[in-house]
Amino acid sequence: MKIGVVTFPGSLDDADARRAAAVAGAEPVALWHADADLHGVDAVVLPGGFSYGDYLRAGAISRFAPVMETIIKKAGEGLPVLGICNGFQVLCESHLLPGALIKNHHRKFLCKDQPLRIENNRTAWTSDYDANHEITIVLKNQDGSYVADEATLDRLEGEGRVVARYLGENPNGSYRDIAGISNERGNVVGLMPHPEHCVETLTGPTTDGLGFFTSVLKAVVAS
Amino acid sequence: MSTDTVSNATSTPDVEQPWAELGLKPDEYQRIRDILDRRPTSCELAMYSVMWSEHCSYKSSKVHLRKFGEIPQETPAGKMLAGIGENAGVIDIGEGYAVTFKVESHNHPSYVEPYQGAATGVGGIVRDILAMGARPVAVMDPLRFGPLDAPDTKRVLPGIVSGVGGYGNSLGLPNIGGEVVFDPTYAGNPLVNALCVGVMRHEDLHLANATGVGNQIILYGAKTGGDGIGGVSVLASETFAEGGPTKRPAVQVGDPFMEKLLIECTLELFQAHVVEGIQDLGGAGLSCATSELASAGEGGMYVSLDKVPLRDASLAPEEILMSESQERMMAVVTPENVEAFLKICAKWDVQADVIGEVTDTGRLQIDWHGERVVDVPPRTVAHEGPVYERPYERPAWQDELQADGAEKLPRATSSSELRDTLLKLVASPNLCDKSWVTDQYDRYVLGNSVLAQPEDSGMIRVDETSGLGVAVSTDCNGRFAKLDPYTGAKLALAESYRNVATTGARPAAVTDCLNFGSPEDPAVMWQFAEAIRGLVDGCIELGIPVTGGNVSFYNQTGETPILPTPVVGVLGVIDDVTRRTPIGFTTEMEGHQLYLLGETEEELSGSEWAHVVHGHLGGRPPAVDLAAEQQLADILINASRDGLIDAAHDVSDGGVAQTLVESALRGGVGARVWAPDGLDAFLFLFAESAGRVVVAVPRTEEVRFTDMCTARRFPHAKIGVIAGDTLDVQDQFEIPLSELREAWTQTLPAALG
Repeated sequence: MKIGVVTFPGSLDDADARRAAAVAGAEPVALWHADADLHGVDAVVLPGGFSYGDYLRAGAISRFAPVMETIIKKAGEGLPVLGICNGFQVLCESHLLPGALIKNHHRKFLCKDQPLRIENNRTAWTSDYDANHEITIVLKNQDGSYVADEATLDRLEGEGRVVARYLGENPNGSYRDIAGISNERGNVVGLMPHPEHCVETLTGPTTDGLGFFTSVLKAVVAS
Repeated sequence: MSTDTVSNATSTPDVEQPWAELGLKPDEYQRIRDILDRRPTSCELAMYSVMWSEHCSYKSSKVHLRKFGEIPQETPAGKMLAGIGENAGVIDIGEGYAVTFKVESHNHPSYVEPYQGAATGVGGIVRDILAMGARPVAVMDPLRFGPLDAPDTKRVLPGIVSGVGGYGNSLGLPNIGGEVVFDPTYAGNPLVNALCVGVMRHEDLHLANATGVGNQIILYGAKTGGDGIGGVSVLASETFAEGGPTKRPAVQVGDPFMEKLLIECTLELFQAHVVEGIQDLGGAGLSCATSELASAGEGGMYVSLDKVPLRDASLAPEEILMSESQERMMAVVTPENVEAFLKICAKWDVQADVIGEVTDTGRLQIDWHGERVVDVPPRTVAHEGPVYERPYERPAWQDELQADGAEKLPRATSSSELRDTLLKLVASPNLCDKSWVTDQYDRYVLGNSVLAQPEDSGMIRVDETSGLGVAVSTDCNGRFAKLDPYTGAKLALAESYRNVATTGARPAAVTDCLNFGSPEDPAVMWQFAEAIRGLVDGCIELGIPVTGGNVSFYNQTGETPILPTPVVGVLGVIDDVTRRTPIGFTTEMEGHQLYLLGETEEELSGSEWAHVVHGHLGGRPPAVDLAAEQQLADILINASRDGLIDAAHDVSDGGVAQTLVESALRGGVGARVWAPDGLDAFLFLFAESAGRVVVAVPRTEEVRFTDMCTARRFPHAKIGVIAGDTLDVQDQFEIPLSELREAWTQTLPAALG
C-alpha cells in the first residue's frame, strides 16, 4: 500500500505527511512536482506549505505543475487525494474542489490546537471516524478562511460534502465554520487543519489525525 | 562615472575619498593606505569600511571576547567540532550526530523596518547554520520591547512578530521558544535576537574556506540588488540620530521562498559531495564572503564581478560588493564537480554562476569590465581590522543603585493584599500569557517538536529510532545585569542552564547574544567587560563552553543605553526524548506531591514584584551559586531518567507564585500549597532567589525522590499537592483557575488587538 506525497518548491509538511503515512502502516512515496509519473501510488497527499512562496495566490502556481495534470486526471477516476492546508488551496485552484481559501479574517498567521467535528465519515479519508466524531488537531495557516457562494455552500451541505467543521470560536472566518470538504465521489478531500501533525503523542497535541491515513488504507483495500 | 581602478588609484594618490561617510576613522583610513601602500580604490574602500565596521570586525569587543577561549573546549555531551570563528559552533552529541546552534541580533534593522528587519534576522541565522552543513531544525526568538502601552510598541511589536513568523513559518522551521520582555529602556531600541539549531551527521560538517588552486567560486541563490547597501556600517554600528535622513533603504528585504529552496538545494549539494567550502552571504555581502573564504583557505582568490547576476543592472561595482541582498550563498567547487553542482541548483530553480576561482597569489583580486578594481591581502580585510582597547570604568552611580535595595519597600501582608499582588503580577506584561505572539509561529512543522513554548526549553527529537534529542533555552534578566553585570550574566547563564536541565536534558554548550549600549561610553564598556567576565567564570565552573554568538553595540536612544542584556542560549542533550519533563499539572497528576528544590532568601531587588508594584530598580541581584545549580541539574536529570518526577518548572521572574500559576494553567489542574517552615508567605510567593525548581512527585516515588535529595544534601521542601481547580495558598487565599486564566491571558490581546 503506497501513499504518495507531492513536494512542490516551498512545500513544508511533506516529510510530516510521509511520516504519518508510515505510522498508519503505509509505504510513503515522495513525488516530485516536475515528474508527472505517480510511481504506482494508491493515494496521494498534497501537503502543507507555501508552494512557490504563495506570492500570487495560495496554490495558484502549483496547480500547473506536471504532477498535478496526472493527479487531476486520476482523481477523476477515483484515486484518493487529500489536500492539507496549502494542498487544499491547490485542490481549489485545480477545480477538483469548489470555493476558495482567503486570508484569515484576523489577518494573522494562527497556530493552535483546534477542535473539529467530522461531519462526513463516508469519504475515502474519514471512514475510520465515528459519525460526528469530535477530534482536536493542529490548525496553522495564513490563508485558511474557506469561502464560496451561497448556492455552492448549500449544495455542499445538501450533498453531505462538508467533511469537517470547526468547533467553538471560528478561527479564521471560514463560511459556515467549514474546515474541510470533499468532491461528489468522496475520494478527493481538502482539509485546512493538519492531521499529519497529530499521529504521535510525543510530538503532537493528540493522535486524532491518524484516522485520515488509516481510513484511506481501508478505502484502497476495499476498492 | 568612470571606474576607479587599481592603476588609477596608484596614479592619483591625493583624490579625496569619502572614508568618513563610510564610517571609518582617520587612523583607520590611514591604516588602509599603509597596508596597500597606495590609496584604496573606491571598491576597496567600500570593502574595508564594511568589514572594519563594529558589526563585522568586533573591534571594540574582540579583546574581551578572547577570554571565551580560556574556557575548556570539551562539552559534557562530546567534543566541540567547530567553535568561535566559524559560522556557528558544532558539538558532537553522539550516535554519529552533531548539532550546531547560534544566536544573533538584528536589532537596528528591526526598529527601522520591523517586519523585514525581523524576517531577515531569521534568514541570516538560518543560513549560518546551513553553511556548517547542517539541516536547520528549529528557531527561537528572544525579543525585547519598550513598555507595552507605549505608542511605538504598537508599531514595532506586531511587525516584528509577524516578520519572525512570516519568514520562519515559510521556511518550515518550528519556533520552539524564545522570550518576550518589556522594559522602558528598549523603547527606541527593540532587541530582536534570533537563534537557530541545526543537525548533521559528523561527516557532513563543512567549513568556510577556499582551498585548492583552480577550484571554482560559485555564487548561488538570489540575484544581487540594491537592498541593504551599507546596512552594516550605517545601521548596525551607529546610533539613531534625530532628524537624520531615513535609513529605510539600508534594510534588506527577505524572500523566504528562495531561502527554503536554498536550504533544500544546499543540503542536496552536500549529499552529492560537490562542495569543498561554503559561506553564506550576510552582513557585508560579497565583501565578507570573498575575503573570509580567501583568508581561511590558501590565501588567493580571483573574482569577475561582471558575472554576478544583478536584479538592478545599474548597480556600481562598489554597491555590488556591499549589497546585503538576502538568500545568497557562495561555494568553492572543484572544476570536475561544477556541472553536477549547477545541475542540482537547476533542479531547485536556484540561479548559480561561476564568478571566480581560487588562486595562489595570496591576494583577493576582483575585476570589473576587464579592469582590476580590488587587489588586497584578504586577511587584512577579514581578520586584521582595527582592535580597540576601549576605556571602561565602573560608573559612579553603580554604588548608589546597589544601595537602593527593594527589600525595604512595603510588601503585601494581609491575605487579600497577597491575593491582589499575585493577580496583578500574573497580568503584568512580562509575566502574562505570550500566546498572542507565539500563536503566530508554527511550532509543529517537521514533526519533531517534543516541547515548545511555554515549556522551560524547546526540545527537538533528532533520531526517531533512538529518541536522541536536544533541548534549548534562552534567558536573560536585564534588570539583574544592570544591578550587577557580572552576577547578572552568571544569572542569565544559570537560568538557561536550569531551564534545559528542568526538561531532563544535560546542558552541554552555550551561545550568547550580547546586547549593549555604545562602546564609546566607558560605563557601558564596563558593563560589557563585566558580563563577559561573568560568563567566562560561569562557563568554567559549569564545565560548558561558549561555541559562538554575537555582539550588538550602540543599542541606545540618545544618551540612554538599554539594560545590559547578555542573552544566553544553552543547548542540552537528552538520550531519550520520551522521558522529557513538561511543566504542566495534568489530571493524571492529581495527588502528586509538590516540592520546592533550592533555598529561598529575602531577595527582591530587580524582581518583577519590585518592577510592577513599585516601578523600582535598585539593590543587588539574587546570589548565584553555580555549584548548587549543577547539583540541581543532576537531581532533575536523574529524576527524569528514573521516573521520579512527572512535571517540573523553573522558578524565575515572578517567583514561586508565577511558577505555580503557569504549571496549573498549562495542564489545567490546580494545587493546594503552603509556605515551608520558616518562610513567610510573601517571600515564598514572590522572592526571585536563583537555583530553584518546583517538581511534581508521584506519591509512590516520594521516598526515593526525597532520599536522593537528602543524599546529595540538596535543600528540598514539600510545599503542596496537585489538586482541584484553584490555586489554594493555605491560610491565605484561594483563586479559581478560571480567574487566573482570565487575568493571565487578557493583557496582550487587550493591548495589541
